[in-house]
Amino acid sequence: MRHIISLLMENESGALSRVAGLFSARGYNIESLTVAPTEDATLSRMTIVTRGSEDVIEQITKQLNKLIDVVKVQDLSDGSHIERELMLVKVRASGDLREEMKRMADIFRGRIIDVTDKTYTVELTGPGSKLDAFLQAIDPAAILETVRTGASGIGRGDRIMKI
Amino acid sequence: MADMELTGAEIVVRCLRDEGIKHVFGYPGGAVLNIYDEIYKQTAFEHILVRHEQAAVHAADAYARATGQVGVAIVTSGPGATNAVTGIATAYMDSIPMVVISGQVPTAAIGQDAFQEVDTVGITRPCVKHNFLVKDVRDLASTIKKAFFIAATGRPGPVLVDVPKDITQHSCVYEYPKSVSMRSYNPTSKGHAGQIKKAVQMLLEAKRPMIYTGGGVVLGNAAPQVTELVRLLGSPATSTLMGLGGYPAPDPLFLGMLGMHGTIEANMAMQHCDVLLAVGARFDDRVIGNPKHFAKEARRIIHIDVDPSSISKRVRVDVPIVGEVAQVVEEMLKQLKASKEQPDQTALKAWWTQIELWRAQDCMKYDHTSAKIKPQYVIEKLYEVTGGQAYVTSDVGQHQMWAAQYYPFDQPRRWINSGGLGTMGFGLPAAMGVQMAFPDAQVACVTGEGSIQMNIQELSTCKEWKLPIKVILLNNGYLGMVRQWQEFFYEERYAESYMTSLPDFVKLAEAYGHVGIIVEKPEDVEPALRDAFGKYKDRLVFINFLTDPRENVFPMIPAGKGLSEMILV
Ligand SMILES: Cc1ncc(C[n+]2csc(CCOP(=O)(O)OP(=O)(O)O)c2C)c(N)n1
Repeated sequence: MRHIISLLMENESGALSRVAGLFSARGYNIESLTVAPTEDATLSRMTIVTRGSEDVIEQITKQLNKLIDVVKVQDLSDGSHIERELMLVKVRASGDLREEMKRMADIFRGRIIDVTDKTYTVELTGPGSKLDAFLQAIDPAAILETVRTGASGIGRGDRIMKI
Repeated sequence: MADMELTGAEIVVRCLRDEGIKHVFGYPGGAVLNIYDEIYKQTAFEHILVRHEQAAVHAADAYARATGQVGVAIVTSGPGATNAVTGIATAYMDSIPMVVISGQVPTAAIGQDAFQEVDTVGITRPCVKHNFLVKDVRDLASTIKKAFFIAATGRPGPVLVDVPKDITQHSCVYEYPKSVSMRSYNPTSKGHAGQIKKAVQMLLEAKRPMIYTGGGVVLGNAAPQVTELVRLLGSPATSTLMGLGGYPAPDPLFLGMLGMHGTIEANMAMQHCDVLLAVGARFDDRVIGNPKHFAKEARRIIHIDVDPSSISKRVRVDVPIVGEVAQVVEEMLKQLKASKEQPDQTALKAWWTQIELWRAQDCMKYDHTSAKIKPQYVIEKLYEVTGGQAYVTSDVGQHQMWAAQYYPFDQPRRWINSGGLGTMGFGLPAAMGVQMAFPDAQVACVTGEGSIQMNIQELSTCKEWKLPIKVILLNNGYLGMVRQWQEFFYEERYAESYMTSLPDFVKLAEAYGHVGIIVEKPEDVEPALRDAFGKYKDRLVFINFLTDPRENVFPMIPAGKGLSEMILV
């Protein structure tokens, strides 16, 4: 099962490597991991997307909690939540493709944020599946470069993770 | 008046003093010269100069195991730190509270591949409870305070503080914090009341109870409570290798050690009980063997542990209780005593009848008529001669198992061995740590000729400090445990498990300034031990017992097999 786990941790140097090291040492999967400081600069918020059986996920959350720098851990998949990912795609945009790419970006509510004679760079946000769908919808030969942030997640409604 | 400023080096020493540290094990080098200069000037604690950093860490570790206090080691950067890693990993696997202070190259040189630079924080990260790199002298005292706090609380473990050399020169006002509060670290101490109630009920309903105790009982100082609980319930009890002494082994309710080299009665009772109470233990592979085989029999499991991640890791449990084992068991005792219900005596009687049948198989018997010295016999005599009161450290191998099996510990913190990592070379430095803590105690290091050579240089440290350790070398000429596996599982192909060219251990001991004795016949075993603990009481005595090279450790559960699949003598 795919799980999306949020954590708040002390914004100390080396904190990220503790999390990454834990996953590699114990053989857990990381599909994606994003991290940045929060509005409180002493705290970082991390979102990890992982896969594993219920037992494995239970161990992952326990092991994360055990890290001294980790303040809070929440498995967002336990309740309703929102996840978003940002993707930048550089595509060919010459000849017929120029119109086509503009249209596809519009359909997916992407924005073209950089333009040259031959290329567009499209910015897209959404759940990972939407970004996948965009890549599938366009001509693979037209894709020059992609970069994705991995998912960030947050609970819906009153579900708040704060200290 | 403005507060006086201290240098980082002075601060390190003051912190140790203010923490109440009496003994520090270490080895100097460039990055810690300033710290050593301050050590030179102070008298609050003794510094024990070892001959290899691994030994400093093992000694500090064993000091902690024996006393319950946090052990302290100091090493220099680079090779000092890497030499310490085996010791740190050993302590980590057995959850031993320890603080290691390592020197580091000056802040400005970090990342420059400077002389004697290694990424100590990176190298040790997976084998410490936590580690710190101090980047500002103003953080030094609070970091050291945190290190002691983290090491000693919750599930204990080693904490490393990496101190760059320039930090030891910088200065600031010194204040040692009185307490620590960390928003990210709040170990649970009290167990959940509802869960405890459920557990008590389950134990009262048990027809075939079993109590399985681990290193957590020793580390958590819960031996008195656990002992009382076992007796109150009339339940059989067993201990892991790490838990020995947590329940008095000579007591008839004790079934001996369980696991790979556990007794029939302990392993069978584990497999066939209907309610299992696990206290401070973690169901590891050397204990329950194959978890699938273990799960074949239905039983309800209560698991008390201070570390939530130990619970339901290898085995699903019915009643998890996170908390300090002493507190939780104390609460269980209260409720049991207040309860009107009693354990089912008829069922318990039938259960004990079954257990006695297992016990009657006498799985620990061995040949008493042999003309060769049986290693088991040496340990039995060691027990007799020391009145069962010695601190016994061990290395890793067959001798370790024999010591665990044939020296029935009746107190916690007397049996000191590397259970989790299984580090050969632990025994002698561990004995030094114990003897430094308890100068008048009997300390025996049970070892093999393979293991002892991994830290034999420490005989020199022992001489310097006049440590009257007794080295009990069970010399079978083989890396015995390896040989045993090769005999059973590799059709007797003894690949690299035989050592020729062993030194003359008597002369070696004498070269280091100690007493050496060789024992070749069974009838000389006891007199040699009596001399060691009598006539040579104040000396380090190294006894080289030439034991039966073909003796094996029984019972044995082959790796990957289940608890009821033991190989017997
Ligand atoms: C540092 C280290 N290297 C290798 C091993 C693997 N190992 C486990 S037991 C053993 C043999 C130990 O031989 P010895 O010390 O002579 O003890 P014996 O088994 O003969 O009693 C070895 C090599 C280990 N545990 N630790």
